[in-house]
Amino acid sequence: MDLTAVTGYRRATTRADLALAPGETLVAGGTWVFSEPNRDVTGLVDLMTMPWEPIEVTDAGLRIGATCTIARLLEEPPVPGWRAQPLFDEAANALLASFKIWNEATVVGNVCRSFAAAAMLAACATLDGVAEIWAADGSVRREPVASLPTGNGTNTLRAGDVVRAIDIPAAALRGRTALRKIALAELGRSGAVVTGRRDEDDAVTIVVTAATLTPCVYSFPVPPSEARLVESVRSEGDFYTDALGTEDWRRHVTGVLAARVLADLMGADPGDDRRTECTA
Amino acid sequence: MRMDVDGVPVEGDPKPGQCLRTYLRSRGATAVKKGCDAGDCGACAVLVDGKPVHSCLYPAVRAEGRTITTAAGLAPDDALAPVQEEFADRFAFQCGFCTPGLVVTAASLKEDDLPDLDRRLKGSLCRCTGYRPIREAVKHAVRGGCGGECDGRCGGAREETASSAPPSVQAAPASSRETDDRVVGTSARPPAAARVVQGKEPYTFDAWIPGTLRLKVLGSPHAHARIVSIDASAALAMDGVHAVLTHEDAPATRFSTARHENRGDDPRDTRILDDVVRFQGQRVAAVVADSLAIADAAIEALRVEYEVLPAVFDPEEARSGTAPVIHPDRTPEDGVRDASRNLIASWKGGYGEVDAGLAEAAAVATGTWSNARVTHAQLETHGSIGWIDDLGRLTLRTSSQVPFLVRDELALILDRAPESVRVFTARVGGGFGGKQEIFTEDIVSLAVLKTGRPVAYEMTRTEEFTSTATRHPFRVTATLGASADGVLTAMDIQVLSNTGAYGNHAIGVMFHGCAESLEAYRSPAKRLDAEVVYTNTTPAGAFRGYGLGQVIFAVESALDELALQLGIDPFQMRRLNAVKDGDELGVTERGHQDGLIFGSYGLDQCLDLAEAALVRGNGVEAPDGWATGEGMALSMIATIPPRGHRATASVTARPDGTFLIAAGTAEFGNGTHTVLGQIAAEALGVPVSLIELRTSDTDATTYDTGAFGSTGITVAGKAVHAAAIALKARLDSGEAIPPEGLTGEGSTDGMIRSLAFNVQAFRVAVDLETGSVRILQSIQAADAGVVLNPAQCRGQIEGGVAQGIGSALYEEILVGDEGSPANPAFRTYRVPQSADVPDTEVYFAETSDELGPFGAKSMSESPYNPVAPALANAIRRAIGARPYEIPMSRDRVWRLAAAAERVSG
Repeated sequence: MDLTAVTGYRRATTRADLALAPGETLVAGGTWVFSEPNRDVTGLVDLMTMPWEPIEVTDAGLRIGATCTIARLLEEPPVPGWRAQPLFDEAANALLASFKIWNEATVVGNVCRSFAAAAMLAACATLDGVAEIWAADGSVRREPVASLPTGNGTNTLRAGDVVRAIDIPAAALRGRTALRKIALAELGRSGAVVTGRRDEDDAVTIVVTAATLTPCVYSFPVPPSEARLVESVRSEGDFYTDALGTEDWRRHVTGVLAARVLADLMGADPGDDRRTECTA
Repeated sequence: MRMDVDGVPVEGDPKPGQCLRTYLRSRGATAVKKGCDAGDCGACAVLVDGKPVHSCLYPAVRAEGRTITTAAGLAPDDALAPVQEEFADRFAFQCGFCTPGLVVTAASLKEDDLPDLDRRLKGSLCRCTGYRPIREAVKHAVRGGCGGECDGRCGGAREETASSAPPSVQAAPASSRETDDRVVGTSARPPAAARVVQGKEPYTFDAWIPGTLRLKVLGSPHAHARIVSIDASAALAMDGVHAVLTHEDAPATRFSTARHENRGDDPRDTRILDDVVRFQGQRVAAVVADSLAIADAAIEALRVEYEVLPAVFDPEEARSGTAPVIHPDRTPEDGVRDASRNLIASWKGGYGEVDAGLAEAAAVATGTWSNARVTHAQLETHGSIGWIDDLGRLTLRTSSQVPFLVRDELALILDRAPESVRVFTARVGGGFGGKQEIFTEDIVSLAVLKTGRPVAYEMTRTEEFTSTATRHPFRVTATLGASADGVLTAMDIQVLSNTGAYGNHAIGVMFHGCAESLEAYRSPAKRLDAEVVYTNTTPAGAFRGYGLGQVIFAVESALDELALQLGIDPFQMRRLNAVKDGDELGVTERGHQDGLIFGSYGLDQCLDLAEAALVRGNGVEAPDGWATGEGMALSMIATIPPRGHRATASVTARPDGTFLIAAGTAEFGNGTHTVLGQIAAEALGVPVSLIELRTSDTDATTYDTGAFGSTGITVAGKAVHAAAIALKARLDSGEAIPPEGLTGEGSTDGMIRSLAFNVQAFRVAVDLETGSVRILQSIQAADAGVVLNPAQCRGQIEGGVAQGIGSALYEEILVGDEGSPANPAFRTYRVPQSADVPDTEVYFAETSDELGPFGAKSMSESPYNPVAPALANAIRRAIGARPYEIPMSRDRVWRLAAAAERVSG
């Protein structure tokens, strides 16, 4: 929709351009900021014009730049040995946003909005993603994606902070992954998302999002029993009620999804036949 | 700045915060529609350099140098792209408002996308069709044919049938071409089809008068408050603000936003702007300004002082006699029965010995069933454009189902002669009852008269939720008794309807809801205690089914419970108890309502057809470990609302051999225009391609009550039929056609009404662990009389089933602390997506109605009505626990199943 309070639009090409005046906000894909009236926003600063590589693949892993759209991430050719790559497809499909939105929405934008149902955030958190944050004072800091959110739509980012990129370590990308989601409609906005990773050394990471206000990360040096996992994910976590599900249902189905994710991780490796059908 | 739009260079700088959607529309590219303006519905989809995007989320400044393709540019000139041909041929649209965005989306799909088609379509909402024809059209377009899925039947005649069903009853032909001579009984293509799929058919806001001012409304932050003062000085001082309207500008005359043939049908409790607000979001003031940006800023500059009043939100509490009184000054003369109890109307009474009937029953089923508020979610939001025409008339182009009723009421409120007001509609982007109201025309009129300028008010999607109307939430307690052999001994029904802060449609919905739902059964004893009350919540209004679905949910659920208790098959239970041809009907007394007749009777066939389809199955298996169940329900509906529904029409033969139909009724996806052309062509014995239409304009004909109550065929169609017959008589008698044409006139009053029936059946699977419900088979059998346009009628049924599935499983307006919607957006309010709506097998009873025209009956609201109870009954039989509340969302079904397991385990 038109942002009728906006009176300026700047295209950033240098770090200095990213400094925000009062009322200004950064726009990447624009798919969130243009979806609500945002009457407090009076200026837009376009960061898609920054001279940044959207994606960099190195021996160290994957660097997802702030200008990388979801569609661009999914177009990245498979890297031999990175069994986790399909997790990004599954996460994109777990979004309410359609493939048309993926053409504009960015991965980092999804992380920065920090909604509980942010599935790209779930994928990055599950793969030990770390955000490189350019602060307004010129400093740079690094923070795990999993610890960025402080609530449903709030995070530790301060005014003027820019998430330059998210780095995913190669070790995590070599793990097996799985994603299960459920919503109150088959392909609706998620009420619960459980993602999981099983590393080459058999360590298992399970992440709960959407059902809880902030991501819940469970790390197991060896695969847990189903009962232990279900008990863990149901007993902890800030489950909540909103239009996308009630607290009791979210708590219960989180256990169901976690058990199914664990079974996916421990079952026969589907390899290239991996399906993207991962609703509950 | 410069870009290419559909092959034409477009220049001019956008505003910094402007999205591509409004930029394109301001340059005349009106194929780009606004459904939600938030990226959720897809009506605004365009291709940017070949990639599909939602143009409402796309910064316009980013389009510099790019190539934009809208639905109007998918093929050169007036040609149709293959996907557009398929959409037009396969009835893959009804109102057509979502269609330009859908065809653009579909045009970007490839064979690889088809296995995942539901997911590819999830960002494209269609409220009308139920998606089956859309999926079919997309698949055919992508494959350049059926790819074998249609058993080779898609070419040539394009006749399709479900593979397991006998072809004679499965009505699924795609359209015949406009040049065909066949008319009534064939699937004639809608006259606007080509324009709709190209985005070239104009809707309300696709025409614009230069210099039109924009109107924005300030809504109340309180559920109940007196307005102490409004300081508009800062707003009025802003450049570009032309007026601020408050209650001091509004006429004192009270009216109802609901429109009916009889003005007295609804309580006169509303002013255009009032000094008391009774729900959060109610109009407090309106700003008229040069642009929306100025209007937005001016709204924020208004200073309003309120005296907050106590509010009541629960309908039971509202009628207690101790609750805050919402309309203390309204009297029975205003249409409010007892303002001190917030009571608008009641219907109480009964016949036979109900208590004795229940006492002697072998089985008694009882419970209280309730439904959530749902929104119509027609993709075109409400809105109107008003101006003073060259004749000095107040003129309104509006998105309405009832232009004549709007004209007459505006004339009354504004104290003008009706002939000094003209109201017309373009094609309307969906209605479902939501546009049988005055929600924008009154305030626009006031603004036009105050400023003397053209003024437009186009609601946002959020306003659709907060400032129009919802379906009525009912609480229905049903107690049914039956003998051991399954024959009903008594029906005892209590109904409480919550109409919200204003009584638009309160009375009609309550009476209609309790009428055909209870008349459908031949119980020897019935008792009804129904009331409708005000609360300080968003008003409810007319919604497809008009109350019937709410009561039918309770009655059909209770009947299913009796069948379970007695071990009787549910179809047999209906055969034992449902009315038969010629039965005397009754609710609180025995005897038909005035003018209601059995013009035909097809319920017996509907029961047989649905049962046979369920027995036949469709081969779809449940996922491993899921519980399965079958359920069914029936519904009955009168083919016309009671106490009159009038239409006049004319058909004119022109010297050039073509014919012009002039009729009042509006096209909003109901397909009336298609059928009116077919009726006239059949009566005149000419091809439908020679027929032109002029409709939904108070200048077009003398009068038409409007497009509601499922009257497109039974009232407007009858008037056109009479006019065509009159014209034919004149032509047959040898009258010459003068230069101005030869005209036949027709009219009907709708006083005599028939009855139509629907039977819905489902087979479902339920994941007990999550509460997910998957529909494995969906069946509807309909008694529509002679089906005038099989593909179109099938579409009405499929669309009704889809909307029913939405209300039954997904859709729910959550009511916040101040009584207004807490989830006023499609991202949190679940309009069914393609994935949520399976194909429905549709069967028609073979009947011919004596009222006609051509033996036809209405079939637009009614397919919705039996869906929720049929699903509830299927879920009950799958999980062993009965749902009492819709939507039967996954959390609720999980809770029910878990409780049943605890009891049985």
